[in-house]
Order: sequence, then structure tokens, then C-alpha cells
Amino acid sequence: MSEQSPSAAHDFIGKEYAAGFVTDVEQETIPPGLDEAVITEISRRKNEPDWLLEWRLQAYQRWLDMPEPTWAKVDYEPIDYQAISYFAAPTGDKPKSLDEVDPELLRTYEKLGIPLHEQEVLAGVERDPNTPRVAVDAIFDSVSLTTTFKEELQEHGVIYCSFGEAVENHPELVQKYLGTVVPPSDNFYAALNSAVFSDGSFVYVPKGVRCPMELLSYFRINAQNTGQFERTLIIADEGSYASYLEGCTAPMRDENQLHAAVVELVALEDASIKYSTVQNWYPGDEEGKGGIYNFVTKRGLCRGARSHISWTQVETGSAITWKYPSVILRGDNSVGEFYSVAITNNHQQADTGSKMTHIGRNTSSTIISKGISAGNSSNAYRGRVRMNPGAKQARNFTQCDSLLIGSKCAAHTFPTIESQRSDAIVEHEATTSKVSEDQLFLCRQRGIDAEKAVAMIVNGFCKEVLRELPMEFAVEASKLLEVSLEGAVG
Amino acid sequence: MKLLELRGLAASVDEKQILNGIDLTVNAGEVHAIMGPNGSGKSTLSNILGGRDGYTVTEGEIELMGAPVNGMSVEERALTGLFLGFQHPIEIPGVTNMEFLKVAIDSHRISLGEEEMNTRDFMVQVRDISKRLELSTEFLKRFVNVGFSGGEKKRNEILQLMLLQPRLAFLDETDSGLDVDALQVVARGINEFRSDENGVVLVTHYQRLLNYVNVDFVHIMINGTIVKSGDAQLAHEVETHGYTGLGEA
Ligand SMILES: Nc1ncnc2c1ncn2[C@@H]1O[C@H](COP(=O)(O)OP(=O)(O)OP(=O)(O)O)[C@@H](O)[C@H]1O
Ligand SMILES: [Mg+2]
Repeated sequence: MSEQSPSAAHDFIGKEYAAGFVTDVEQETIPPGLDEAVITEISRRKNEPDWLLEWRLQAYQRWLDMPEPTWAKVDYEPIDYQAISYFAAPTGDKPKSLDEVDPELLRTYEKLGIPLHEQEVLAGVERDPNTPRVAVDAIFDSVSLTTTFKEELQEHGVIYCSFGEAVENHPELVQKYLGTVVPPSDNFYAALNSAVFSDGSFVYVPKGVRCPMELLSYFRINAQNTGQFERTLIIADEGSYASYLEGCTAPMRDENQLHAAVVELVALEDASIKYSTVQNWYPGDEEGKGGIYNFVTKRGLCRGARSHISWTQVETGSAITWKYPSVILRGDNSVGEFYSVAITNNHQQADTGSKMTHIGRNTSSTIISKGISAGNSSNAYRGRVRMNPGAKQARNFTQCDSLLIGSKCAAHTFPTIESQRSDAIVEHEATTSKVSEDQLFLCRQRGIDAEKAVAMIVNGFCKEVLRELPMEFAVEASKLLEVSLEGAVG
Repeated sequence: MKLLELRGLAASVDEKQILNGIDLTVNAGEVHAIMGPNGSGKSTLSNILGGRDGYTVTEGEIELMGAPVNGMSVEERALTGLFLGFQHPIEIPGVTNMEFLKVAIDSHRISLGEEEMNTRDFMVQVRDISKRLELSTEFLKRFVNVGFSGGEKKRNEILQLMLLQPRLAFLDETDSGLDVDALQVVARGINEFRSDENGVVLVTHYQRLLNYVNVDFVHIMINGTIVKSGDAQLAHEVETHGYTGLGEA
């Protein structure tokens, strides 16, 4: 291995979009186009059992009948689903160990600061016995390259592997839970994902186990004209706990690329799942050319009593973000949380928020959303809090704050409350503020340059959300905020 | 050493001519007071010195620390040693006073090629200054100027002044809105700051500040120019007779 790692952190957070390089590896792709034959071919390449192929084909039939949603406050040219390739993977058999992984791929992760060797740590994080260790699942286009710490996790009974391996080795778990939180018919993109999904991560934490390390899935889009359709399923059995992180980047390209993921979380009685995302897909250039369309369905089910699901997201990338991590609070006394920072600059568009559906008694949810818009961008919060008839004494607190930088950007909030209970407590607070000339002048007069000043103000604005992130991610996230806002002032 | 020199300075704000030819020199070791009626251009002068967007020099020259300021950005002027105390200190929600001060002092140190200040030394120094200004340490954890009383905001400006140790401090009505005790605290801060190495310009409406701070010169500004300069005695004259008869106004 080279000695490059310490500087990798700098590469990652460097000026402009540092993760925008292309890795030159031989890839096998399925040619663009989508029909039953393509789906059958994806399933064959992944050696899937018949039931899963059947499941995919049914989803495909559903998808054909579904209209593309248009209600979000985003604007883009129609996507030609026949022009996309639905599968790309480095050629050759799946490597059995890191020694078999193409060195070019290893270098890619080094550059990104993602450790694929167990003795390494995340770039930017100090090696310290108190720092929790991180197991990594590295997903490159449609396949997982490797998952670290698998054996050690296995000793605790924790399964952490690629989705494909889970289908192979734990089909009973996959079959039991797949689609139980986000059914294929849920929405247009979920149906598409169900038909063509490639790799993603799978986590199972057995009863009473506290997962001994953070689990990080790192998604990398590399191939051109290819969509990424990851599928992630996390199950926390009774009384267990897991903290899962995901990060994502893609090369800079002039065409838009589609990323349509589905993530399902299941928390059984007394279980707790903490899911953190730092989304840094390529956002497109200053003129709005290129960038990822990030159309994602993420939902957690608090199935058991006293279960707890918490989403934290820092969304800095993508040309368009369409994403509503949600929680269904079915178990009595269950808790759902959503903490979000969404930042848009230049011509980025984000329509994001959360849905909290209260079914069980005494359920409570919290939504804290911080939207930051700069440049010509548009940033919308969309949320829905629903109290079903059985949700006795359910509570929700929602706070959405918008911060505007400059005068050409826009912020919108679309909160919906549907309560069928008179004893429900629903609180909603919303604010909109601006980074003012006066604030910048004060900072600059004290010697702080404008970009640093904006970063400081934005970090202050998001503090409540950033502190929900695991330490490894918090540092990177606040630096990413700074990079995303480059050119937002002056 | 000349810290500030204005020669025939005229300036406009958003195309409106406000300053109409100002000559002023501030040398190291001097304290000047500028007095003048509302709207005479005192705060405009402060913004012009700071290099704020929208404020344009139309004629004349400004030299800071012996060099013309032409083309210097707001932060460059700050880093050469210009400090502006604001008439209306602005709030920055979400950013604690402590963070703000740390980033500010580090920006100064980095520009001098020094390392960032060690957190412990920083804390010790900031606590010490706060104590001298009779500000509780609780105050450092609060967001910059958010919910501060008028007097606290002004003391916070002096806190920044004492921490950053600029060469030239231009304090715009730092004495306005202060009760008698707070006025003495602020005056003490200014007196502790002043030295043979630096200079101070106090913009004030009240002679009472000059009971606590000895000034070398008093200038009367009316309609964007200095119509009369003198010593501390001039402030007493203004206090008793007002500005009538002093300017062409
Ligand atoms: N952006 C602006 N556009 C137009 N006129 C302005 C602008 N800013 C200031 N002025 C005008 O310039 C003049 C001088 O204002 P300035 O704030 O400098 O006065 P001042 O001497 O500081 O007054 P005070 O004692 O009330 O603080 C005023 O008539 C004011 O209305
Ligand atoms: Mg004024």
C-alpha cells in the first residue's frame, strides 16, 4: 500500500468536488435498456434463487403501470429509462480476499479515504483506542468489493455483508423481511429498484446484541450511463442495537446519472437502529450540467414495543435529491427521529423531508430539518405526520429551519399533519433566515474570510443535526458543508 | 508612525454622496474623538474605512499603516490592524461567542504565519478579559450578540478589541446606551487597550465618555466634513452650545 492515506482526507474535502475522478478498470455491463430479459440477466449474474427473480419480475410489471411522480418541487428533463444500463461490475469473479481486488480499485478507496484494510481508520479520524472501529462494505457500481471485520462481527452473531451474499447465505432472513417496509408497489422508483436492484448492504443484529462497531457502507458510482440501484436491509432483533453509516460519491460527468435506492429498516421489540448518511454524489457543475439524480426511498419500521429508529442525513451532493426517510411507529412506545441538513448550491434542487406514521400507543417522533440554499438552488422540506386512530397519546415535534445565502435561491416548506386523535400533541415550528450582509461584514472585519464566515454560520445553523452524527462522520460532514458552499458568496 | 491618514476623502453610499472631503491623521499613541449630529456621516466613515461593499471612495485617499487601501478587501484591512467597533453590533445565531472569537484570533495569527492559538491559552486569555469587563463566562457560551442587552453588546465589542489587539480602533458610539457603571467598564477597557503603539478614534455624542478617557483631539463632523478640530475643551463647548454656529449647516 502507498503512504498516501493521511493526505486522502484532504483530497476528499479539497477544493471543489474532490471525489470526481474516474477509476479506469475493465467493466462488464449489461447494455442499456430495460425489459424482462435484462432483469432475468441481472438475476442470473447474481446467481439468485427463483423466488427472487419472480419478485423482481412482478415489481417490473407494477412499475410499467406506474406514472413517474411529478409532485415534488424539482424540475428536470424526462429520463429515458431505456438509455440506462442497469448493471455494471468490474470484470472477473468476485474477489475472495483483498489480495484479489484490482489494485486500481484499491487506490480508488485510498483516494476517497475509505479503509478497506482492517488496521486502517477512516481518513481524518485520529487513531485512538476510544474511537469506535468501523466495518466497511465497499460497493462499486453494482457490486460489493469487500466487507471488512466480517469474522469479528460473526463472533457476535452480527451479519454484515453485501445484499447479494445475504441472498446466498441467509435467504430465509432476506425472504422474511424484503419488501415488508417498502413494498415494490410503494412508488415509481421503489418499483424500479425492486425490479433491477444490484448490490447494497445487509445487516442482521441478533437478539440482545449491541453491535460492537459502526457499520459503514460506501457507495461509489463509476461507470458511465449506468444507474445505481442499491438495496439495503437492516434488521435489529429484539433488544439489539446497530449504528450504520453510508457515504457516497461519483465522478464528475456531463450527463445526469440515476441513483434510485431502497433502504428498509426493521426494529423489533426494544431494538434500536441509528442510520446516518453523508450524501455527496456529484452535484453537477456551476451551470447545472451533469450530476446525480438521487431518487431514494428510505423507511424504517418500529415493529416492536419500545423500538427506536433514528435517521440522520447530511445531503450536500446530487443535482436532484428526492428523499423522505420515514418511520412507521407500529410498536407501542416506539420512537422515530429524523435529523436532516440539506444544502443546495448553484443549480442543485432538493425536495426532502420525512414521514412519521404513528400507529402504536404512546409513540413519539421528532423531525429537525435544516435546509440551506445558496446560488440559484432550490430547497424544499416536505413532511407528513400522521396519527392513526389507535395512536393514543402520540406526540410529534417538528422544526424546520431554512437559511438563505444570496438572493437567487429559494426555500419552501410543505408540512402536512393528519391527525385522527384529539389527544395527539403535534408541535410545528418553522423559521427562515438569511446570512446577512451585516453578519458577513462583521466576520470579515474581524479578519475571517467570507467563505469561512459562511461555513461558520452554516455550521452553527446545523449544530443540532451535526451532533447526532457519529464522531467519525461529524468532522467530515462539517468540512463537506464548507466545500459545498464554495463560491456561494462574493 | 501614521496609522491612518485621510486626504480629501469624499465617498458615496449607493450613489448618494455622503462624505465631502475629510482630512484626518491619527498617529500611534493618539486618541481622537469625532462628534457630530445624526446623519453627518460618522458611521459612513467607519464603513468606508472597513472597505464595505456599496461604499465607494469618490475622491481623495485613505492610508492605513502608511499604505493606500486601494484594492484591499475587508479582511485584508482588518488583518493589517484596523478594528471597527460597531454602532449596532449584529447577531449571529448558532455561532457561540467563544467560537467566533477563536476563529477571529486564529485568522489573525494565520495571516501572520503563526499557528492557531492553543485552546487552553485562548480560554485563559478570554476569561481574563471577560472578567475585566465584568462579563460572566456564561456569556461566552451564548450566540454572538443574540439576546444581549445593549450594554452587553457594547462590552462584547470591547472584548473583541482587547483580544485582537489591533493597531487602529475606530469605535462607533461604543458609549451609547450604556448605564454609568457600564460606561466606566467600557472606558476602562479602552484605557487598558491604548498604548504608544496603537491609536483610537472614538465616535461619540456625549462629552461624558471624555470624563473617563483622555483624548488628544476632538473633531466636529457636519455634513460629511470635519468643520472644526480642537482639544477636549471643544467637546465641552458642543455639550453646552450644541452644533449651531460650528458648521455651514
Ligand atoms: N445605504 C444608504 N443609502 C442612502 N443613504 C444612506 C445610506 N446609508 C447611510 N445613508 C445616509 O447617509 C447619511 C449619514 O449616515 P451615517 O449613518 O453615516 O450618519 P451618522 O453620523 O453615523 O449618524 P448617527 O449619529 O445617527 O449614527 C444619512 O443621511 C443616512 O441616511
Ligand atoms: Mg452612526
